[in-house]
Amino acid sequence: MATAAATSSKKTVLQYPGAAPSVSARIHPVVLFNICDAFVRRPDQAGRVIGTLLGSTSSDGTVEIKNSYVVPHNESADQVALDIDYHHNMFVSHQKVNPKEVIVGWFSTGFGVSGGSSLIHEFYSREVQNPIHLTVDTGFTNGEASIKAYVSANLTLGDRQLAAHFQEIPLDMRLIEAERVGFDLLKNTSVDKIPNDLEGMESSMERLYTLINDVYKYVDDVVEGRVQGDNNIGRFIAEALASLPKLSPTAFDKVFNDKIQDNLSLVYLSSLTRTQLSIAEKLNTAAQIL
Amino acid sequence: MANPAMGRSFLQAMTSVEEVAPPLRVVQMEGLAVLKIIKHCKEFSPALVTGQLLGLDVGSVLEVTNCFPFPTREEDEELEADGANYQLEMMRCLREVNVDNNTVGWYQSTLLGSFQTAELIETFMNYQENIRRCVCIIYDPSRSNQGVVALKALRLSDSFMDLYRSNNFNGEKLREKKLSWVDVFEEIPIKVSNSALISAFMTELEPDSPVTQCDFDRLKLSSAPFMERNLEFLIECMDDLTAEQNKFQYYYRNLSRQQAQQQVWLQKRRQENMQRKAAGEEPLPEEDPSNPIFKPIVEPSRLDSYLITNQISNYCNQVNGAAGQGFSKLYLMKALHEN
Repeated sequence: MATAAATSSKKTVLQYPGAAPSVSARIHPVVLFNICDAFVRRPDQAGRVIGTLLGSTSSDGTVEIKNSYVVPHNESADQVALDIDYHHNMFVSHQKVNPKEVIVGWFSTGFGVSGGSSLIHEFYSREVQNPIHLTVDTGFTNGEASIKAYVSANLTLGDRQLAAHFQEIPLDMRLIEAERVGFDLLKNTSVDKIPNDLEGMESSMERLYTLINDVYKYVDDVVEGRVQGDNNIGRFIAEALASLPKLSPTAFDKVFNDKIQDNLSLVYLSSLTRTQLSIAEKLNTAAQIL
Repeated sequence: MANPAMGRSFLQAMTSVEEVAPPLRVVQMEGLAVLKIIKHCKEFSPALVTGQLLGLDVGSVLEVTNCFPFPTREEDEELEADGANYQLEMMRCLREVNVDNNTVGWYQSTLLGSFQTAELIETFMNYQENIRRCVCIIYDPSRSNQGVVALKALRLSDSFMDLYRSNNFNGEKLREKKLSWVDVFEEIPIKVSNSALISAFMTELEPDSPVTQCDFDRLKLSSAPFMERNLEFLIECMDDLTAEQNKFQYYYRNLSRQQAQQQVWLQKRRQENMQRKAAGEEPLPEEDPSNPIFKPIVEPSRLDSYLITNQISNYCNQVNGAAGQGFSKLYLMKALHEN
């Protein structure tokens, strides 16, 4: 809790750790989904949800947030009570499944850091050395989804603790697993079926086509002088084009035909097997005991 | 008083109306459950892991809203009690935060689709005792390198379950019920749904580029390792199937031999009886249960062969799918090369 600075005649030095923290965080999409789901299911009188973040810390200071669980809490105007037993029980249970995931911090929904947060942060700093505080703005204040991560540094006035200063740290939100599953599945409120092989292939090709079209248009624009060319982009494009292996037409044809024949023989083999299966099954059950 | 009368009629209504549950048509999963399953299976691959599904059973839709993983039991001494404790603990904790703690099934990971085993069926039967409708979700993390979300929802068909309970798998019963290997498992389509909040977040956070990691995985040209493994498994399964068929052949040969022996013995008995009648003695019975040739030979269960057949067909389907994809990729490459 922030206390008023004492007006004393002695000059004490305000210690302010000014160095920017070298910590950065990376979040997995499961955590985000869990937080939002918990927020939707929160009990009626609660304004926000609070929970623990689990993950691992790598040697270069990047904290990977891999999992999370909600902890019930009670919040009133001036106090915050967290169910510590529950937090412990859940942690032990999670440890049974994945012993490598440790507590790395805590999260809360809502915009910005509030007063009660510093108390909770203190509690978590007793569990782990430099806990990360994640805020997920489910209220969409400012009309955007703001997900921010903070670490706290203590401001001390001589021996006395003055306040906790929450500094924002860079948060990597590249949701690679979500991309793997497909944003279409995760974005819409309901998707009728999971696309199978060929449909997925089709959509991938369409997207590739769009991408190539965009690049083409960009190059056109630059050549015509409509858009200022960027050397870096030009270099990337040149690299991409140069990475196509140069094969003579005969060599390429041979490779291509070989591959096509392999594929065809595989399809033939599997259809043959399937026919064989139905015959075998008929033979097995049709045999009569005389 | 109207109340007791109403009470009775309510009770009557409850007991008389046997709720016939509408058949399960679709499994609706939340994005959260999907991501959790994927994360858990991928972390531990290639080891096979399982977990519990939680959700609601509503009409013809089975909703899966959350899930939690089971710890892997390393030593066999890890008691059943431990696992049950963990389960109870998790369910209790999740109940406190308003998560539906209604078990609707379980999920497991698999390797290239080789999941049709006898254990799966046993687990199904165990679950079916307690829960009216349960489903098993199978996820294949090895296929996710190809950009496919390999999620499947399975349940045993009702006719198969009846047959399994009676523990009777010989040819006659199966012919009676017209149960072929296709009818053992029923695949149910999966729908994915998300809450509005998470959908808003995802829309904001979607990167601008139209091509995602998933596309990169799909358009990879090297499908050979996947095909090779598939074919390896296919060959192994074919060996198993041949072994099963040999078992049947052996059984039939034994059976016909036994019947021939029985006939011969019967002839001899009849002759003896005729002689005895001529001599005025009592005829001997025409059956002799103590004679070993009358011992009934047990017909081998066809369950294994059904399961193996299912597996083989699965591998074939996968090979087909991958080959189809391969064709498209090759033609794409050809077009690119010509330019």
